[in-house]
Amino acid sequence: MDTYETLQQSYKEILFSFLQKKNEQSLYDAQQFSKKVLEEKVSPEEIVSIHLEVIQELYPDIPPETQESFEFLLEVMIGYGMAYREHQILRNRQKELENEIDVAANMQHTLLPSEIPDVEELDIGVITVPASKMSGDYYHVIKDANGLIGVAIADIIGKGIPAALCMSMIKYAMDSMPNSILQPGELLESLNRTIEQNIASHMFVTMMYGSYDPKSHIFYYGGAGHEPGFYYSEQQDRFEELYAKGLALGISKEAKYREFSREMSEGDFVVLLSDGVTECRTEERFIEREEITALIRKYKHLSTQKIVDNVYRDLERWQEFQLRDDFTLIIVRRKFKENK
Amino acid sequence: MSNHSCIEIANEWGIVSARQAGRELSKEIGFGSVDQARITTAISELARNIYLYTEIGKIDLEEISDNHKNGKVRGIKVVASDKGPGIENLRDVMVDGFTTSGGLGAGLPGVKRLMDEFDIESIPGEGTTITTIKWLR
Repeated sequence: MDTYETLQQSYKEILFSFLQKKNEQSLYDAQQFSKKVLEEKVSPEEIVSIHLEVIQELYPDIPPETQESFEFLLEVMIGYGMAYREHQILRNRQKELENEIDVAANMQHTLLPSEIPDVEELDIGVITVPASKMSGDYYHVIKDANGLIGVAIADIIGKGIPAALCMSMIKYAMDSMPNSILQPGELLESLNRTIEQNIASHMFVTMMYGSYDPKSHIFYYGGAGHEPGFYYSEQQDRFEELYAKGLALGISKEAKYREFSREMSEGDFVVLLSDGVTECRTEERFIEREEITALIRKYKHLSTQKIVDNVYRDLERWQEFQLRDDFTLIIVRRKFKENK
Repeated sequence: MSNHSCIEIANEWGIVSARQAGRELSKEIGFGSVDQARITTAISELARNIYLYTEIGKIDLEEISDNHKNGKVRGIKVVASDKGPGIENLRDVMVDGFTTSGGLGAGLPGVKRLMDEFDIESIPGEGTTITTIKWLR
């Protein structure tokens, strides 16, 4: 017996039992049957045809008009059958596209540092989570030959695939930067020239770049239109805005970037973030920046990696697990001497 | 083959005549009611494309047979030809979803799925010929 005949047979049994007993059990069987035929990809017009054949078999005496009305119905259902088959094909194509994007997302992930360099003086925690599969957030942590630690966070305007394509350019531009220019102002200027030449005119990139000198404990930083971060002073037990004025990268060839600096005492930390963090929102409102510092404060006794993980987990829950923008949070803390 | 008919498509009457001829021929060949309806729908869509997008065209219907491994198989061959503007990019019209914006109704991919074999030739400025076959299983 082929599939069609098997289906026809079980349809006949279910229908017959329903017509005899009119009970809920048969209707439940009918529901299960419809799942089965969907699995077998039987189209609507075939169901009408099965119904007609079964009815003719069970009740040979039904009026010809009733029989013919099913033939008419079959004709009407052909359109649904075509739409159904198109739907299946489009669904498969969507699956293929999703697989393709998964591969791209994996590739994109390799653009991010595979591990955070181990630095004696610093405790660095990073979390980055894309809103969908491809991310427009980029970060970078390196230790150069002179022992300086460079930390970058960037947000490419827009989301998804265009942003992801642009990210690879930023990564290669940063990698090809000579070691001698790990100073924020110079680095941003050089990066800006590369990006300005290679990016579509409607796109731009915001970035905050900082570099820490372990000898002097000075943190130099510069910004290119990026979301301000925070500076936490352990002594004063206080958060301050970490703001660095500057034009976003890729807008003007001539842009200049100022450099700022802060001397970091033990326990002080710098928070860098993307706007996905500050634009978190609950159902009725955006989350205030103070709420983010309050969250960080709540976990500040933990390692920086635990802090960023916990802050993410809390914010994710607040907005009911729906990220609206790519989320990246980095904390760089000067370690205390005793736990070096 | 003796069983051959040709229907000119110049107006909606032509579409109905082509449907009618297709249904009768497929019934004669021995197709079941579902396949009859599918073949008729395919003919209808092809004829409608001729009616909507070209000045004049025709539908040729023919009974054919072929030697398959299980013996001789009968089938119906439908050829829709016109001297219309032709189709610039065949790949576009053969993609699902294209038709929803182009307004080609079920669209050529839909017709292709209703039948077993499908071939299209088109020369921009000269016309289009679509050949499609359904075999009796």
